[in-house]
Amino acid sequence: MADGGELGRTVRANVNGTEVSRYVANRSTLAQFLRDDLGLTGTKVSCELQVCGVCSVLVDGSPVSACTYLAVDIDGRKVETVEGLADGDTLHPLQQAFVEEFALQCGFCTPGFLMMSVALLRRNPDPSEEDVKEYLDGNICRCTGYRPIVEAVQLAATRMREDGHV
Amino acid sequence: MSDQRTQVGVPVLRRDLYAKVTGAATYTVDVSPPGTLHAKVVRSSHAHARITRIERDAALATPGVVGIVVAEDLKDLFPRFGHIVPDHCILAIGKVRYYGEPVALVVAESLFAAEDAAAAVEVHYEELDAVMTAGDALADGAPLVHEEFYRAATDESFAAMAAAPTEDGDGGARDNVAHTVELEWGDVDAAFADAHLVVENERVHYPMLYAYAMEPYNAVADFRDGRLHVTSTAQHPFMVRTDLARIFDLPLSRVRVEVPYLGGGYGSKSYTKVEPLAAIGSWATGRPVKLVLDVEESIYTTRADSADVTVRSAFDAEGRIIAREFDVVLDSGAYADNSPLVLAKTVNRCFGPYRVPNLRARGRSVYTNTSPASSYRGFGAPQGSLPGELNIEKAAAELGLDSFEIRRRNLVRPGEEILRGKRGIDADLLGDLEMLANSLQSHAREDSAIGIGFTASDAGAFPVSTAQIRLQVDGSVLVLSGSTEMGQGSESALAQIAAEELGVPLDAVSVAQSDTGTGPYERTTGASRTTTLAGLALQRACTEAKQKVVAMAAEVFGLPEADIASVPGGVQVADRPRVPFGEVISRWFGAAAGEVTGVGLVRREGVTQKMPPFWEVGVVGVDVEVDPDTGAVKVRQLATVADVGFAINPRAVEGQDLGAATQGLGGALFEELIYDGPQLVNPNMVEYRVPRMQDLAERIDTMIAERGDGVGPYGAKGAGEGTLNPMAAAVAGAVAKAIGRWPTRVPLTPERVWRLMNDLPEEDGE
Repeated sequence: MADGGELGRTVRANVNGTEVSRYVANRSTLAQFLRDDLGLTGTKVSCELQVCGVCSVLVDGSPVSACTYLAVDIDGRKVETVEGLADGDTLHPLQQAFVEEFALQCGFCTPGFLMMSVALLRRNPDPSEEDVKEYLDGNICRCTGYRPIVEAVQLAATRMREDGHV
Repeated sequence: MSDQRTQVGVPVLRRDLYAKVTGAATYTVDVSPPGTLHAKVVRSSHAHARITRIERDAALATPGVVGIVVAEDLKDLFPRFGHIVPDHCILAIGKVRYYGEPVALVVAESLFAAEDAAAAVEVHYEELDAVMTAGDALADGAPLVHEEFYRAATDESFAAMAAAPTEDGDGGARDNVAHTVELEWGDVDAAFADAHLVVENERVHYPMLYAYAMEPYNAVADFRDGRLHVTSTAQHPFMVRTDLARIFDLPLSRVRVEVPYLGGGYGSKSYTKVEPLAAIGSWATGRPVKLVLDVEESIYTTRADSADVTVRSAFDAEGRIIAREFDVVLDSGAYADNSPLVLAKTVNRCFGPYRVPNLRARGRSVYTNTSPASSYRGFGAPQGSLPGELNIEKAAAELGLDSFEIRRRNLVRPGEEILRGKRGIDADLLGDLEMLANSLQSHAREDSAIGIGFTASDAGAFPVSTAQIRLQVDGSVLVLSGSTEMGQGSESALAQIAAEELGVPLDAVSVAQSDTGTGPYERTTGASRTTTLAGLALQRACTEAKQKVVAMAAEVFGLPEADIASVPGGVQVADRPRVPFGEVISRWFGAAAGEVTGVGLVRREGVTQKMPPFWEVGVVGVDVEVDPDTGAVKVRQLATVADVGFAINPRAVEGQDLGAATQGLGGALFEELIYDGPQLVNPNMVEYRVPRMQDLAERIDTMIAERGDGVGPYGAKGAGEGTLNPMAAAVAGAVAKAIGRWPTRVPLTPERVWRLMNDLPEEDGE
């Protein structure tokens, strides 16, 4: 993203387990960094106001809105995106449950829902329906009407508890 | 065969979902060819103003800027688009007609450079009086949004659906009425004179809405060597191609429009949006140009038509409708886009799926200096059914009937005409009503306030569909379709139909969609048509491919064709083992190579002769609870019936229905674009509030009625819009029961409901 004249700096970060180092413009967002500099286009952008949840990724384990989080601020941190969830060809239990429960249609909001759900299940491996709704209330989906997403998160939680998944 | 279906009617997992959960799925916004430039639109800061001067020198001096395009640069092109009325300027010509209208396009090496330069383009205006509401626009002596009169596109398929525009004769417009539609039968005045009861609802308002498909409008265009290649978020790539070909005076064959996965559509990505802007950027610079709107720009690009409707109905002593009369005014914004069709559909859909022996419905679509309105899921039906169904509820209350009983007495029976001379209803609405009643009433509480809504939409759009199937030597199959996968699951449903027709495993079928350069024609992906019309075309393509394989087998085995039977997965020759498709193809070509293509065509003939191809009904009910202190409405029960004929994939149908119902709840309870002066006060997702997870109804029942009564494959009809359509009406009816007042507008926000409960005007300043 950085062009002639752009002020920037070099950031080093761990993205999905890989150490990366790039010169980024000061005004680059984390979403631009992931999508344009690293080619990790799984992270989408929609409202650009931190209210839709589409661009949610994890930085040092906590969900952030990549649309407004500055790329320079990931220096020295660990970033997790949707591309890092599957283990080779084996889907993460949340990904598998989303497919099985029809918890997505167009799929544009899905990476954000998945990353928020990962964060939820790390904090609370056995969430009630109300827990899921409260935690994911900041993620908008326009296709599904949400119920299948709640079901998918609970299905994944059950399987992960049974399998001792971390 | 019909009782041996194995691939359809079963809840198979959708194939596109795997790529979508890993982040690997490609959307238009992920497409960036090498050397791509980035574009930013300079937009109008006035609702109505003459452009006196555009200064671009300072902007052009910004590092990284490659070019800046304004309307006067487009003199050698056809500088407008519009599939019904080509009135929509790519860049404002002479004057701007709404706040946010594109005035200039900046193209630069990076998005940052384009944004910086766009801020440096100085546009000078001379402000004109603006008309910000339909009422203002219809007033005597109102300023004209369009001085010119534009002749409607001559395409007979639009003529068949939309009314003719107001003919003028001298080439100039006389008023701001963009289109009118009138529908009348029987003797309405006599019926009202004889009525036992007349019930009127005056000026019921349906708001401007934003569909909020989460992927904003975006496109990448590459114009070189007299060819234009566009990748975009278009539901209807073939319609976009037509607009682009006209702009650049290119043959259709030299315009390629490709559509990968869409991040939501819901009708809002129907027809041409940002493709001409990206294309002129590439035309001007000779490089690929990418234009991605932000959500605010997307909101200003397309919204739903708002409506003001007055309705009057006459009933006999038994509660039967004897006449209905509607007056519809749509605020269609600055450009026509699809509003003529939205108007026609509002008029067709406002009076509901009832026996109406005498009808008069008049509609006007009005130009205003607001953002252009066009399609949004179910268009016309939500706008028309809110007043229409509220009026039925009001009549029920006055007649002492419950919501279900008044409809039992008036709903059309299977096969009966709703629109004179059109296809009779291909649904059993009384059967659907009993399913709905059982579901809601069996879970009702003492204080339940149940509201229901019924709609019937003349759906399916104009039947022009084609499909291709390519049988490969290895036994795999490629389906080609021009229908766009926008989340509705067409990729999966088409694969199921092909697998069923050919008798091959589902995994053997691949589907490629929506590429005008390499794939077959599909008129639109809208009006819930894909399963029915694209599905029929695909069935026919499979039939043709199977016939070709039989003919080839006859040649290969030296037998008459009559001795070759087409069987699942291949052919049967006498009492030999089944010969798979691939082997026949391979033996006919004399190599492990070659393929067989089957083509299927659908037009207005045979089962799809009569319009509409099918009716999409909406059957919904809610049970609500109103907080007496705050006016907040809570949905306890949500029940829907999908009368789909046959569900190719029942889980996908349920998903579509809950999604549509939830969007309908958004319009009923939360969503409304609000103008205050020249611009919107809430063009963002903070202040435009859509349904969230905690708004989920306590109990949800999505029912499917399958009676095999559609013209599509296996008796299927379209789905996906129906449950949105009557939702505002159902919620308003339920709230009316809960609070004992009749709402006259949605969304029923807490403040509005609280005002109603306290006998205050629903709006400030009324």
